[in-house]
Amino acid sequence: MFYREAGQFKTDYRSDMAVFPILQDRIAIGAILALMFIVVPLVANDFWLNTIFIPTLIFSLAAIGLNILTGYCGQLSLGTGGFMGVGAYSCYKLTSIFPDVNIIIHILASGFFAAGVGVIFGIPSLRIKGFYLAVATLASQFFLEWSFGRIPWLYNYNDSGAIDGVNRSLFGIALTEPYGTPAFQYLVVLSIVVFLTWIASNLVRGRYGRAWMAVRDMDIAAELIGIKLLRTKLLAFAISSYYAGVAGAMMVFLSLGSAEVEVFDIFNASFPILFMVIIGGLGSLIGSFMGAAFITVLPILIRGAPSLFGFEIHAATGEHVQLMMVGGLIIFFLIVEPHGLARLWQIAKQKLRLWPFPY
Amino acid sequence: MSQGSTQTKAADAPGGTAPSMHRDDVPQLHTEVLLDLTNVSLSFGGVKAIRDVSFNILKGEVRAIIGPNGAGKTSMLNVINGFYHPQQGTICYKGKTRRVMRPYIAAGQGIARTFQNVALFKGMTTLDNIMVGRSLKMKRGLFWQILRLGPAEREEIEHREVVEHIIDFLEIQHIRKTPVGKLPYGLQKRVELGRALAMEPDLLLLDEPMAGMNLEEKEDMSRFILTTNDSFGTTIALIEHDMGVVMDLSDRVVVLDHGIKIADGTPDEVSSNHKVIDAYLGVA
Amino acid sequence: MELAHKIFVAPFWEMSGAPDLFLQVLWEGFVAGTLYSLIALGFVLIFKASGVFNFAQGIMVVFGALSLVGLHQLGVPAWVALALCIGIMFVLAWTVERVVLRPLVNQPDIILFMATIGLSSFLIGLGEFIFGGEPKTMITAELGLPSGAIDFAVAGGFVSLQKIDIAAAVMSAVLVTVLAVFFHKTRIGRALRAVADDHQAAMSVGITLQQIWVIVWFAAGIVALATGIMWGARSDVSFALEIVALKALPVLILGGFTSIPGAIVGGLIIGITEKLAEFYWGPLVGGSIETWIPYFIALLFLWFRPQGLFGEKIIERV
Repeated sequence: MFYREAGQFKTDYRSDMAVFPILQDRIAIGAILALMFIVVPLVANDFWLNTIFIPTLIFSLAAIGLNILTGYCGQLSLGTGGFMGVGAYSCYKLTSIFPDVNIIIHILASGFFAAGVGVIFGIPSLRIKGFYLAVATLASQFFLEWSFGRIPWLYNYNDSGAIDGVNRSLFGIALTEPYGTPAFQYLVVLSIVVFLTWIASNLVRGRYGRAWMAVRDMDIAAELIGIKLLRTKLLAFAISSYYAGVAGAMMVFLSLGSAEVEVFDIFNASFPILFMVIIGGLGSLIGSFMGAAFITVLPILIRGAPSLFGFEIHAATGEHVQLMMVGGLIIFFLIVEPHGLARLWQIAKQKLRLWPFPY
Repeated sequence: MSQGSTQTKAADAPGGTAPSMHRDDVPQLHTEVLLDLTNVSLSFGGVKAIRDVSFNILKGEVRAIIGPNGAGKTSMLNVINGFYHPQQGTICYKGKTRRVMRPYIAAGQGIARTFQNVALFKGMTTLDNIMVGRSLKMKRGLFWQILRLGPAEREEIEHREVVEHIIDFLEIQHIRKTPVGKLPYGLQKRVELGRALAMEPDLLLLDEPMAGMNLEEKEDMSRFILTTNDSFGTTIALIEHDMGVVMDLSDRVVVLDHGIKIADGTPDEVSSNHKVIDAYLGVA
Repeated sequence: MELAHKIFVAPFWEMSGAPDLFLQVLWEGFVAGTLYSLIALGFVLIFKASGVFNFAQGIMVVFGALSLVGLHQLGVPAWVALALCIGIMFVLAWTVERVVLRPLVNQPDIILFMATIGLSSFLIGLGEFIFGGEPKTMITAELGLPSGAIDFAVAGGFVSLQKIDIAAAVMSAVLVTVLAVFFHKTRIGRALRAVADDHQAAMSVGITLQQIWVIVWFAAGIVALATGIMWGARSDVSFALEIVALKALPVLILGGFTSIPGAIVGGLIIGITEKLAEFYWGPLVGGSIETWIPYFIALLFLWFRPQGLFGEKIIERV
């Protein structure tokens, strides 16, 4: 009834190319942004912000990065965690080398280090494809993990071998974990994520996005059209790693407060983020958010479920059950909707367009 | 952008009178050599795909390459656009002898092509597929792409207009935003032609543009090919099995068999050549 | 200069200076390589027949070993437990085909890959849920596997070979031979090879695709169980082994996803170079380089030979 595009004629190509060509979509996205920026910080308590909203947003950003590389450009990567780590560790080094520069600039700049490393480890993609490339990206993952643990300069020779939070503020208000308030951290994370998502959406709709998709769908034909494969793939690696790097830096300084290598290892970062991309939907930015929310919330739900029903289980057993359920649900989800949450969302919108007269 | 404006004219042209199907009606004189292949040989391991073949393509003509299956026709196109590297022979394009060639360089020099088994980007819409063809013409760098304001947006709209003219010309407006993987074969072939046209090529290589089409689709496709050739002066080299189509469309025909050139000339000359008849009838 | 000497001269000097030590390291690498080969082998079986990149192969190794030890702890005699474990591997193969592969047939490869990561997570949870999460000791003696070491005097020193390692190498050789015979001499084996080339053709032999999948997953499961026993005998049985199982991945890119000889030779190359690199070059950069050096070796190799060890040169067509 209310979701119709009839009567909305586009008279120029500019409006036809808009991200949300339908008026109702524009209203909806405005409402969601208002909700996220105004209502959530007012309503949500610290627990919600710390365990759900902030992690979801940070993981969404990393998932968008991986989605650019895997969903748009078709290069399967298992190395996201390593690139997040590069972002986190370079942000840490930047804060100690340039203590007077604003932390936001550090966070955004640390992505460039990740991008540089990403480009180097993207070079094999010229000659290696598919799962072979996926395994090759593990080279970067393990090498970077090793570097974070074995190069003391990276963690300022701390005895703990970890990187600690630093006290930095924005507009005179303490920001970084553990000094700032979750609501403020949330707003900063949200702003960065929204800004970078806008950039990602610009990129994927433009000539680079088309070149990526062309390489993904048929690289030989893309080359015959004049697309330089290596340059296109490396750009995807660079941008993808930039996003991962910024996400990693935010994770340490705006969410965890300190981090060891394990935070960025294959089981804690690379695989979960790949799941987010797949479950959200390959080649869908909005899906990256949905996937991140799903994978972040699922374990919390599973952990919380037994006590909801009034019985307690042993912590270790709970962890085992959680592993089983996450694994099982992922398989179930892949079977039910292999194209991800984004596809479900599209189907829902199609239905809504026809509702209440489906025929 | 001179080609861009002719594109506009062409978009209007086919709507009215269908262009003539017979080349003989329009006597044309092609003299300038666009592409010249001399003694080209190509082999894969021990298999010789092309043996010592020489022929040329004149600017503005429609050149057909025919021959039985396995004659090396597609390999010939692959050599021309730099996908395969011949072991022997020289290739001279636009007056320059070519050294080691990469496909994207060939594309940059104005060689576009379509494929025997449609090589479209299946996950992308018709519009995006044809827009990809404009890749080489779009110049705005990362900075503007990130912002997608001002110059980048203007460039995007400019090229969108050119692409829309191609879409009009090929009569595929209704599938503009359909992912091409979902289109029937005949339309996919048309989109693929559109993608090649978007490159505004000087030399257009068509690998069996009418394979698997019914009569009506073939007539449409012939019309598009001829209009492209007539209105934009695009030189076309095509591989085709349908002899009727070849005779109607092409100015000159080269015949390959087992990687060897067995005949070269006008459609009439070739069709009366006894070697060609033998090759097609399977006489050794 | 100093550095160049440390990298290019000193290690080789060290090798020739103490040949017994060198041989010892070589042997350690060989044994590790055998185990990598076995994990890679199970992987290749599945990839060849169904095109599935089975990330869970390493987990299946641990799961098999864990079930064996776990059953024995529950009071089941060792040999009965072994038989039961083979049964468990069959049930696993059947269930995977029924629950995971069949509904996902014709989905893109990456979806199936993801499903196997989901499967690994499920198997870890299940294994620890049933048998507990604490590390366990492999029931080596109960299965009649040898222990202790044999020492050989070499060039003034001696090389010590663990008997269990020798057993592992022998068992691997036997396993590979049995598989080779199975693939080349039996009707099912031939169908399996056919299915790798052409699904339609395989069905015309009279075996359904589903049966073939169950068989290859079962075969991979048995290989995993054998690997698990051998590996478990060298260290504790726990899912901490899964990180070591990832070592089989560079073997795969080196040897090719579909080549059984590639998996074996690749495994040995990776195992030996990794141990040599760790022992002689590792101390220069602080050690533990064996976590990533195999990948670099594989990558370097792939750069010059993209088709892998035994692959044929790929001719691209359009």
